[in-house]
Amino acid sequence: MNITVTVNGQTYAHDVEPRLLLVHYLRDRLSLTGTHVGCETSLCGACTVHMDGVAVKSCTILAVQADGAAITTVEGLAQGETLHPVQEGFWEEHGLQCGFCTPGMLMASVQLLERNPNPTDAEIRHALDGNLCRCTGYQHIVNAVQYAAQKMRQGAGAGAD
Amino acid sequence: MIPAAFDYQRPTNLAEAARLLAAHADDAKILAGGHSLVPMMKLRLATPTLLIDIGRLSELSGIRAQNGTLIIGAGTTHYAAEASTLLQQRCPLLAETAAAIGDVQVRNRGTIGGSIAHADPAADWPAAILALGAQLKLIHAGGERLVNATDFFVDLLTTALESREILTEIHVPVNPPRSGGAYLKVSQPASGFALTGVAAQVTLGANNTVQNVAVGITGVSNTAYRASATEVALQGQAATADAVAQAAARATDGVEALADIHASAEYRLHLTRVYTRRALQRAIERAQA
Repeated sequence: MNITVTVNGQTYAHDVEPRLLLVHYLRDRLSLTGTHVGCETSLCGACTVHMDGVAVKSCTILAVQADGAAITTVEGLAQGETLHPVQEGFWEEHGLQCGFCTPGMLMASVQLLERNPNPTDAEIRHALDGNLCRCTGYQHIVNAVQYAAQKMRQGAGAGAD
Repeated sequence: MIPAAFDYQRPTNLAEAARLLAAHADDAKILAGGHSLVPMMKLRLATPTLLIDIGRLSELSGIRAQNGTLIIGAGTTHYAAEASTLLQQRCPLLAETAAAIGDVQVRNRGTIGGSIAHADPAADWPAAILALGAQLKLIHAGGERLVNATDFFVDLLTTALESREILTEIHVPVNPPRSGGAYLKVSQPASGFALTGVAAQVTLGANNTVQNVAVGITGVSNTAYRASATEVALQGQAATADAVAQAAARATDGVEALADIHASAEYRLHLTRVYTRRALQRAIERAQA
């Protein structure tokens, strides 16, 4: 089936099998390997992208369901050499170790700050319920999101308008 | 991880979807948010040969109030229900239940209709619609019918929905004054599914007596169920802590509990009785407020 998908502002047209998962379309057809496959059961959130403005698990969406949609992956966060405030927060606050969960954490955190620019630590943890991390114990992830929230409230950095 | 091959159609309106389903009822599945169906297909526990995608049909979206009834489109995402000021004001139990489902990403895609039609034994919506005495509108190519929620959940992953039918609306009577509801659940930490989920809806009469009470429970058994022994025990009683505790102790009467790697049957039953007491207490407090 022919689908047209816009990813990080660029439009692509492909013929895909209906059973092709969105995460495999992004990784294998578009070579955007920042989105990760972490589990087989829709739990871990490593595959999280934005689809038409909302954070979704791309392993649980068929590429054909994304026909006509606008997708943002982790590759679309930075503007040139300038990191998104959420990326900067994960760097400054050591919000990652192996980095496998990180793209999903970044995309879920961006969604959170869009909906709630001034979250409490508890609200951050709740908003990241769908993203599992085996390395960090989550505390530095929470710190990273708070860093980004403060920076974005101050109106600085890429994507903070 | 990779589903078996299938065909895919995206009809542009509900009538077309119903016709497609009528023509392929034995092999086709309806696809909305896909967050129950696609995981099953990835594990090859479900192998439909045709998916009929109704996820973008505007006829299934929206929440409105009409003549004392809340009408919720089956395509309403859990997030939309959670964020709906109409639900928050007129039926907070529904908004609270929606907010408890899964996680943010799941709530952004999963739909109330899909959850109810799929009837996972640990899904949250069935408990709430049982407690609220909801009705479900089912359509097929030749007509439509309304089914009571209490008649809808038949067995494990089995509902009254026929293979040619599509669930289009959930009808919930608006709560009378002095009503309160609460949904409390014990979540499995990774999946977010309910080990037990209790939806309690209470209406208080004069002298703080329980005029009406309904308790819907999920996560414990093959299907969500009404805790009728608890309801009978509390109906007409003064809304005291003792009365609630005694009624809650009956919440698992006659229930055969599931056992799996997440919880034993005994633990599920125990959690259910505790959470029934807590949900009733909170529902009563909200009714008194």
